[in-house]
Amino acid sequence: MFAYEFMTNAFAAAGIVAVVSGLVGYFLVMRGQTFAGHALSHIGFAGATGAGLIGLAPLWGLLAFTLAAGIVMGALSERISNRDVAIGVVLALALGFGLLFLHYYTSFATQATALLFGNVLAVDHTMIATLAMLGVITVAALAAIMRPLIFASLQPELAEAKGVPLRFVSTAFLAIVAVAVSACAQIVGVLLVFTLMVGPPAAAQRVTTGLWSGLFVSAALALAEAWLGLTMAFYTDWPVSFCIALLSALAYFATLSAGTSHAHAAG
Amino acid sequence: MSVVTLDHVTLRLGNRAVLSDVSFGIEAGEFIGVLGPNGAGKTTLMRAILGLLLPEGGSVKVFGHIPHRGNPAIGYLPQLRTVLPDLRVRGRDFIASSLNGERWGLPSFSQHDRGMIEETLDAVGARDLAARPLSEMSGGERQRLLLAQALIGAPKLLLLDEPLISLDARHQEVVIDVVRKVCRERKITVLFSAHELNQLLGTLDRVLYLGNGQAVLGTVDEVVTAPVLSRLYGTDIQVLRAAGHIFVMSRGRDVERTDHLHDHHHHGHEHGHHHHH
Repeated sequence: MFAYEFMTNAFAAAGIVAVVSGLVGYFLVMRGQTFAGHALSHIGFAGATGAGLIGLAPLWGLLAFTLAAGIVMGALSERISNRDVAIGVVLALALGFGLLFLHYYTSFATQATALLFGNVLAVDHTMIATLAMLGVITVAALAAIMRPLIFASLQPELAEAKGVPLRFVSTAFLAIVAVAVSACAQIVGVLLVFTLMVGPPAAAQRVTTGLWSGLFVSAALALAEAWLGLTMAFYTDWPVSFCIALLSALAYFATLSAGTSHAHAAG
Repeated sequence: MSVVTLDHVTLRLGNRAVLSDVSFGIEAGEFIGVLGPNGAGKTTLMRAILGLLLPEGGSVKVFGHIPHRGNPAIGYLPQLRTVLPDLRVRGRDFIASSLNGERWGLPSFSQHDRGMIEETLDAVGARDLAARPLSEMSGGERQRLLLAQALIGAPKLLLLDEPLISLDARHQEVVIDVVRKVCRERKITVLFSAHELNQLLGTLDRVLYLGNGQAVLGTVDEVVTAPVLSRLYGTDIQVLRAAGHIFVMSRGRDVERTDHLHDHHHHGHEHGHHHHH
């Protein structure tokens, strides 16, 4: 399997993205903002197709749109009382714009599937280098704000009293999520970022209640799902994103049922 | 020395003057019960002491200084808000997050920090909670854990905002007992806001009663009287004493209990004031 360059490339790219997604996703789940992550990826779709329209690589359009949306959402989050509805309306609009851009740039349509569902087998060295750079930026930024981020996520009122700039922290975090989503969408597509950004951290939280162990399990699980998914796709000829989505769901439901049977035994 | 001093203070939330021209002084080591109807400014007063809200007029002094955010001498237990039901973070990690939580970078704890966490967990009898996820705790257990957190770092002033809300009578007693014991031992000044006066009667030194933009500080006998409370509630109030209990009644209804009933629909945010008619 590793005799093919497209497979080694795919393993490298998926590995980088999986670890970043597992780490960033852990905080997304902790903060109860998974829907915001989902919305950012949809908004990114409009950015990616828009970039195609003006002749840029989709990744840059994706990054620009998700970053802008993440920062706006972070800055407004306190004022939007019914966040889910507002986010839902905006993400539907974004998908609509994505369709409009596709409509005017028909030769780009062949890439629509790749954008929506990912195309990890087409990754080249340049893309790996770009993903590695985005990964380093994301993890470094996350490490820089991690302590106040945890405090602000768990106990916002107390964090405010202790001098944590809540709005800055939440905006910075959504900007980090935006970059991670853009990287993640390169592997599994904008529609399936949940498989790497939400599935593994949610499963990790069922397995362990510790912070560092949770982060580790989340990243390790995302990595295992990505690499096993690639292997599975290689031998079955099924789409890679389907295999990763399947493994992600299986892992999550396995931890969920293990958790409930444990609780019944204890109770 | 006064721990908290208000000198002709006016506090405003939006267009509403929550407290206007209020003056009082709280002495070191006092256990103050903060009472009053919903929206009387209990949380707002605490936010002013924490330096989160600037007074529109007058001056607030805490330990002789203008309040500033992040004062390590103040321990704070905010009013309970609905915690995410899925929050599977263990108790120890939850309260550790507050320790130097305003610093940038990765969380890290020295031996000394860990020692302080364990010591306060023991002080409030919450050691058994440290390894359990928050999502599996009852309201009483969560309050005990948060109390441990408020005590980390040896504060000299403790602000407890409605720590008894949504607890049953037995757990309310536990929380009051723990606060009394720890704060007497450590000579901590306490502001304890509550809906019901009676449970605190044996514990508090003085009452700070808020209402109608005003505040009255004094002993229970001085403050919990028909003339004072009628002024604070802005309606005709009777105070009945029976079997060691005090009942504050308005037109034959128990004011504290009706307030409490309303609170079950009130998911504890200081801006969500209820108005009673």
